[in-house]
Amino acid sequence: MEPFIHGVEGFMYPNEIELQWSILIVLYPFLTGIVAGAFILASLERVFNVEAVKPTYRLALLTALAFMIVAPLPLQLHLGHPERSFEMYLTPHTTSAMAMFGFVYLWYLLAVLVIEIWLDFRKDIVHMARESTDWKRPIYRAMTLGSYNVSPRALSIDDKLGRFVTIVGIPSAFLLHGYVGFLFGSIKANPWWSTPLMPIVFLFSAIVSGIAAVLLLYIVVCFLKGIPRSVPCLDTMARYLFYAFLIDFSLEMLDLIHRNYEADESLRTLSFMVQTRLYGSQVLLQIVIGTLVPIGLLAMVQLVSMSTRAREGLYVIASVLTLCGIFAMRWNVVIGGQLFSKSFLGYTTYKMGFATREGLLPALLLMALPFLILWFLVTLLPPMPRDEEAR
Amino acid sequence: MDQGRRDFLEKTGKYVLLFGAATKAWDFILAGNPEAAPGYDVTRHWWAFYIDIEKCIGCGNCVRACKAENDVLREPFYFRTWVERYHIPPPDLANLGEELQPIVDSPNGGYDGFPERYRDGDGSKSFFVPKMCNHCTDSPCTQVCPVGATFDTPDGVVLVDKTYCLGCRYCVQACPYGCRYIDPRTHTVDKCTLCYHRITKGLTTACCEACPTGARLLGDLKDPKDPLHELLRTQKVQVLKPHLATGAKLHYKGLDGAVR
Repeated sequence: MEPFIHGVEGFMYPNEIELQWSILIVLYPFLTGIVAGAFILASLERVFNVEAVKPTYRLALLTALAFMIVAPLPLQLHLGHPERSFEMYLTPHTTSAMAMFGFVYLWYLLAVLVIEIWLDFRKDIVHMARESTDWKRPIYRAMTLGSYNVSPRALSIDDKLGRFVTIVGIPSAFLLHGYVGFLFGSIKANPWWSTPLMPIVFLFSAIVSGIAAVLLLYIVVCFLKGIPRSVPCLDTMARYLFYAFLIDFSLEMLDLIHRNYEADESLRTLSFMVQTRLYGSQVLLQIVIGTLVPIGLLAMVQLVSMSTRAREGLYVIASVLTLCGIFAMRWNVVIGGQLFSKSFLGYTTYKMGFATREGLLPALLLMALPFLILWFLVTLLPPMPRDEEAR
Repeated sequence: MDQGRRDFLEKTGKYVLLFGAATKAWDFILAGNPEAAPGYDVTRHWWAFYIDIEKCIGCGNCVRACKAENDVLREPFYFRTWVERYHIPPPDLANLGEELQPIVDSPNGGYDGFPERYRDGDGSKSFFVPKMCNHCTDSPCTQVCPVGATFDTPDGVVLVDKTYCLGCRYCVQACPYGCRYIDPRTHTVDKCTLCYHRITKGLTTACCEACPTGARLLGDLKDPKDPLHELLRTQKVQVLKPHLATGAKLHYKGLDGAVR
């Protein structure tokens, strides 16, 4: 291969020149991360009785559901034969981490999220099935599953069962995103991915992105509905975001220090990649803008007393930057892991199309879809407690 | 009518090109189970491969033969086998502590041979390294395939069932040697089959047959008389990336430490 042809520098194995996993595969860990993070945030209130974050409890669950519904779509769109994907359920290859995706996904979606949301909203569903007069009435009636019993005893059973499902759900959420990290971390052929820290880094970055997403959505939903925001709730969430971010950043730095200190044969190649082709997305966007700045802003709120309005403004900025940083992290893992040759002798370039099957346009549409679904879910199942809305 | 004509041409072509047992074997190959061909017992073979780097002259015959035999796309991003040229410059005596990087090229995978670029006598060394699937015993690609479309045959070959492959590309990521690609015609993965359609009929691979210097050798380790046993016993051989413990069955004689 001639140098620089098709964006190649140095030597790539001939079959490596075209990237295999596109921006759609970047979306997949980003979406599942928000699912896992939002659910873990919701679980705090349910299992650990953190009263302060209660106003976001239901919104966090609905956010998790909306993103969960979309999570497999980029994968499906990426497959060469999407019509065969069901084979993963029928004849899963037991040694394959990817074969477990369908089962982990279904378990989490059907055995955790849907049941928990149903149990939590059941009282409202029954109420709305009786009172609603518009197009939503048949939907509510179907969602009651024929049970209109909202007696104190029935609701107490719902509550106990919901608590049990949440307790099962926490390790499930850990499994969901730890598993996504394992998909990459277990590829020994690729030193950029192959580290046992990968599932843990993915997990904490998931928690970070989930908290940031719910914090932002809470502010937006309250604004749109004209409901006053709970300041203690925002402060508590921002504090959790800060703590989770510190752990996440420490883990990522541990990985970096470990790689540099160990300095195996891949280090020269990977360092060069980070200093050149990934400089913008890794050093600037992920580490500086997407991590250090939000951590700094959140730390400032902890240390300096400031007005509610100023705090809220900083929370919004920190959350937006956090989500950008986490997206950049997914990008750097997925795309970065394919920019260098497994011969460690060269680099290639990712050329993203626009209106192609795996281009920017479908990625943007897929990114917008969870918000559309969430809007529908919020319309159907109002996440704010009725008394709060009335207020 | 068109279908009828196609059937006629296929059948006639088959009988003209192949005879007797070979014709019968071809039916099994098309059916996706060449190991069931008459006269071939999978349990009595264990295939391995031997490449003598010092014998490779970089002519590209193997690449061309492979592409022709296996209907591999001609574009320079799709190879079941390819040849790399390594050039290791003389050490810089003023900076001996610095890692010496080889200069590697593989224009069109070596399909058209290699243009003259390096001269002897300046203290450097150059050599050719043919590459192909290592048919690993513990192959990472087989391990990660979510539906088992990539599988190990009982006679030690790693194959792909294209009627089952999802095209998820996880195996392409998992192969440390860059031996897999997605065939844009089928949207499934493709790789060296060790010319399974040939070796199950007692023939050697297309690349071995086309090599003018005998740099490539197919061996059956279950055959005690196979010359590969003697070569592995008497020659200094190595596999690529041994630290990855993939159980690679592609043995190189004269493999330089710079080769990856």
